[in-house]
Order: sequence, then C-alpha cells, then structure tokens
Amino acid sequence: MSTVTPVLDLRGVHKSFGPVAVLHDVDFVAYPGEVTALVGDNGAGKTTLVKCIAGIVRLDRGQYLFEGRPVRITTPREASALGIEVVHQDLALCDNLDIVQNMFLGRERRRGMVLDEAEMEEVAADILAGLSVRMSGSVRQPVWALSGGQRQTVAIARAVLGDSKVVILDEPSSALGVTQTRQVLELVRRLADRGMAVVLISHNMNDVFAVSDRIAALYLGRMVAQVRTADVTHAQVVELITAGRSETLEARRDGRPGGRRSAGPLRAGAVPEAAEPPA
Amino acid sequence: MSTDMSKGSAAVTLADSDFAVDRKTHDVRSAALDYWSRVRAGDLGALPAIFGMVALVVLFTALRPDTFLSERNIANLSTQALQVTVLAMGLVFVLLLGEIDLSAGVASGVSAAVMAKLIVQADQPWYVAVIAAIAVGIVIGAVIGWLVAVVRIPSFVVTLALFLGLQGITLRLIGEGGTVPVRDEVIVALANKNMPVWLGWVMAGVCAVVYAALQLRRWQQQRARGLASRPLELVVAQAAVVAAALLFGTYVLSQDRAPSPAITLAGIPWGVPLVGVLLIVCTFVLGRTAYGRHIYAVGGNAEAARRAGINVVRIRMSVFMICSGMAAVSGILAASRLNSVTPDAGAGNTLLLGVGAAVIGGTSLFGGRGKARDAVLGGLVVSIIANGLGLLGAKAYANWLITGSVLLLAASIDALARRRRATTGR
Repeated sequence: MSTVTPVLDLRGVHKSFGPVAVLHDVDFVAYPGEVTALVGDNGAGKTTLVKCIAGIVRLDRGQYLFEGRPVRITTPREASALGIEVVHQDLALCDNLDIVQNMFLGRERRRGMVLDEAEMEEVAADILAGLSVRMSGSVRQPVWALSGGQRQTVAIARAVLGDSKVVILDEPSSALGVTQTRQVLELVRRLADRGMAVVLISHNMNDVFAVSDRIAALYLGRMVAQVRTADVTHAQVVELITAGRSETLEARRDGRPGGRRSAGPLRAGAVPEAAEPPA
Repeated sequence: MSTDMSKGSAAVTLADSDFAVDRKTHDVRSAALDYWSRVRAGDLGALPAIFGMVALVVLFTALRPDTFLSERNIANLSTQALQVTVLAMGLVFVLLLGEIDLSAGVASGVSAAVMAKLIVQADQPWYVAVIAAIAVGIVIGAVIGWLVAVVRIPSFVVTLALFLGLQGITLRLIGEGGTVPVRDEVIVALANKNMPVWLGWVMAGVCAVVYAALQLRRWQQQRARGLASRPLELVVAQAAVVAAALLFGTYVLSQDRAPSPAITLAGIPWGVPLVGVLLIVCTFVLGRTAYGRHIYAVGGNAEAARRAGINVVRIRMSVFMICSGMAAVSGILAASRLNSVTPDAGAGNTLLLGVGAAVIGGTSLFGGRGKARDAVLGGLVVSIIANGLGLLGAKAYANWLITGSVLLLAASIDALARRRRATTGR
C-alpha cells in the first residue's frame, strides 16, 4: 500500500518567546482530503503552532516539509503563495465591503487600472456554488448584514479562493448557534472532500468527532498524540487534553510509552490505515 | 439530521433556513423593498442630504421669495459651494479611514498664500503658482500622514497642532494685517467668470449622455453574464434624474442674471466644471480601482486589510496627501472668489464647514463609508445654509450657532445610523 505524502509535515518543531518555551519538539502532519483536528487546552500551543505553519511567527528549530519538500516560511505571504490559508477566529472581514469584495480583498482582479468586478463576482459565485453554499440574497450584500454562519462561510470561501491546499480554521464554531455550527462543519467536511488538507482548531469535542479524520492533541507545548478519530473515544481525547496522556489509549497500543515524549508511536503517519488516498 | 458526517461523503443536504436561493432577478418592486429595508437597517446613503436640501430650499424660498431662487443668487450659491465642496471631497478620503484632518482648512490657506506670493511677488505664471500651491498641500499632507501612519500619533492631535502651526506660516508669508491681491486672469476667472452659454449646454449634454451610456453598458454586461443587476427601469430612471439635474442646472445658470439690462451675464461659472472633473476622478479612484477598494478596507477593518496583504501605512499616508492637495485647490478657489489672500485664509469655520459637508452628504465619521458625491451634496447643503442666512441678514452669533447645530445634527444621524446597522447585523 503506497503512502500518501502529507501536505504539511512538521518535525521536531521548537518555538520559544523569550524564556518561555511554547512548543517543544512538536511533530505535526496533515493529509490532503482529510480534516485534522488540533485540540488542546488553553495555552497548549495550538495557536502558536498554527502561526508557525502560516508564517506569522518563525520556527526556532525543526523541519517544515510542504508536500514532502523542505521549505522555509517566514511571512504569511510565503505561506499564502504555497497555498496555506488561515481563517482566524475573528474572521478578519471588512464589514463595510460586500461578499465579493471581501473574498478578493488584497488580490483584486483588474483590467488595466480598473477593477474587473464582473469577473470577481462570477468567480465568487462559482466558489460559493462549488462549496454548495447558497447565500440568501446576492453576493453583493455587505458583510455587516450577514449572520454569523454566513460570515464564517465568507471567510472560508475567501481562504479557498486561491489554489489553496491547506486551510486552517481557528475555532470556526465558537460564536455560532446549533444550526449554523452544523452548516459550517458541513462546509469544513466539503473542503476536505475536495482534496484540501483542513486543520481545525476546536474546543468542542462534538465538532471534532463529527467532522475530523484525525486528532492531534497538544499538551503544554508537546504533541501527545496524533491518532485517527475512529480509533479513539471522546473520553480518551479529553484525557489527552487535560492530562497529556490516556491510560486506556496506551494500554491498547501494547503499553508503549506514550504521552511524555512527542508521540512518536502514535504518529499518524505510522498508522497503516492512514494510507487512504483521497477520492 | 444527524451531526455525524460520515467521512468522505460529499452529498450533505443543506438546510435552507440560512442559506437560501441566490441570484434572484430584481424587479422594480423587489428592488424598492430591498432599498427600503437597507434604509431601515441604517444604510441611509444620500437621503439625509437630499431631504435637508429640499427642506432648506422650501424654507428659504418661503422666507425670501424674491431673492433666494433668483438666477443671480443661484449663480452666487454655486460659486460659494465650490471651495467647501472641494475641501470636503478631500476630507472624504481621510474620513473613510476613520481619521480626521483638522488642518485641511488652514492648509488651503497656506497653499493659497504661496500661490498668491508667487504670482504677485515672484512674477510667476499662474500654472507655476498653482502647481507650487498643490505641491505645498501635498507636502503638508505627507508630513501629517507620516506622523499619523508611521509615528502613530492620533490624527486628531497631529492636525490640531498643524491647525495652529500652519496659521503661523500663513501669517508669516502674508504679514500681519496684510493682504495679497490676486489679479491673475485665469485664477480670478475660476469663480468670477462664466463659460459661454453654448459650451455649458454642450458639456451638460455630453455628460448626461456619457453617464447614461456607461450605466446602460454596465447593466447590459451584468445581464449578459448573469450577475447581480438592478432592474432596467431603475437604471434608466437614475440616468434620467442625473440628466435632468444637469440640464436644469445649466438652464438656470444660462439665464441672463445681469443687474442691469445693458449687459448680459450668463453661463456656468468656470469653477463648476473643475469640481465636476474632480468629482469624476475621485469617484473613479474610490469606486473602480484597487487603491480605492483598499481605502474602504482599511477604514472598515485595518487589521483585516493588513492580513490581506494591503500596505496600510501607505494607504494612511496617501489619504492625507490627497486631502491636503485637494485643500490647496480649495484654497485657490477661495482666493479666486475673494480676489485676494488674507492671513486668516482657511481659518475660522472653513474646516468645520468642510467636515460638515462631507458628513451631511453621507460620509461616516467612523470610517469605511462615504463617496465623493457626498461632498457635492453636502457642500450644496452647507452653502445653502450660509447663503440663506446671509439673505435673511442673520446676526453673526446666530450664524455660528446654526452652523454648529447642523454639523452636530449630521454627526448624530451618522452615529444613530451606525448603531442601527450594528443591531441589525444578525
């Protein structure tokens, strides 16, 4: 069985802010066509890891492989050029601009000096349709008039506008109601089904289990497990988040020492059933 | 519906509650309903300015039936409105970022003083003097922009300091109690001479036709590509209203308004097409270029704009340069109208009228909302107030009180509309 190359493959990543070490020897992989949930308590290093991936902060040490090639990413632009997009928790939308304008912000299509509004509107509508998202009303309505779920959708559509290969979502459902959360999760699933690697930061175990293929658990700056969602239970993941180890999980893995070290044995890439090529 | 989405299954049924059908074609009725719901949600656009204008015209016509609507007064009004409109148009750029330029008025004074000195004392031709004046304005704007965008001093403080400092420069240039007369024919003609009547008609006609053609072509392209478009009836109606306003204005200004029958005095003042050109250029820049789009983005959410790769510092600096550059043009128009530059040029209430005009026209003080045409609508309202109060012979104290109240009223409408939008956004 041939193994699929991970889109993102970080090995032995360290990051400190001054004397405070935030990430120790962290390994992290994300595969195309899969949703990888990144879980961990507050301060576990999830945001820092994502910022390293997106080039917002630099790695101190460690290897960063993108599609198998070592890369050095030092600015968000470089990450974006590779096809890595982050949807931040605050969405970073301009309320006074409409949906199309927000989606193309900073990368407007032009004809000479003039903005090519027709082209942008067509592409935006196509992308939303491709995500099976139908906006109530027109794609020309201002973002201030949208609901929370619709705003989230616009932010996600913005992230997949380029030739995105990795989409990182920071707590996409934290501010949403039940229906809207479900719609956003459906959208997240659809991104993966279209072959993108999706990294989902979430505190909500229901969301994680509803949508993810893999779970990566950070505990105090260490990656304590990266496992297939199907292989673990709710309770085990909560244990990983709160204690950094799970007795039952380790027992099932033939008593191998997990937890303290950076999860070598539990690394997803080492698990055989990881090698399912995306549809 | 179960929340468990089996991995890999693409077909997930979508609840229609929130994401409903897209691309409905608008007819007039639905467009009107749409517009009304936008207005109710706090998206007022030009409505306050138009209502204000109608109310003021009715009021002053009732109070001064013989003089207010006379051809002479309307021509007078149109030249009065020039300088405040241009100043306000520059301020729109700064206000779009949610910043303020309190020194725009006195910057116009300094620029006008430089122009006058160059013409009178250095014997330079008018175009050299005008270019120098605009350059001075742009340099002032660059200094403000650098202090605001790079040093990060609040624009309120920077421009308050310059408001005082620049008055000193004007005073130094012109001398205490002095006046520099402006007699250059071209400069004086801006506010005091009129276009030939036929040229006015040709210009108005061309503008009306080109405007209608552009609107129709846009509508046709949107239709052809299946994009969101307004109903044809509305597009035609809008073009008709613009054409009617242009032609009516031309008609009124083409009437003979000479005080004695011995001479004829008719035509559009030369300053009007100048403002028209500025309006077209600013509307194009703000609405059709990436630069304009980025101004709105920075005004709406600077952090989002930064993350989108927009150079926020450059945008911030540039709007202050545009504002002060336009202020210089406004100062030239003022000098033309008065035939002179005095040490207090651009001081007093000049700036407040400019800000008031922009805000009355519909530009928000909170940033992110506003158009170049707001300056024209608001400039007319502000000038009608000043003109009408002059005709009524209002005392100076009443003039100040009323002007201040109008600015406060416009700012209140802006703030309330903003709150309304915040609560309506679901």
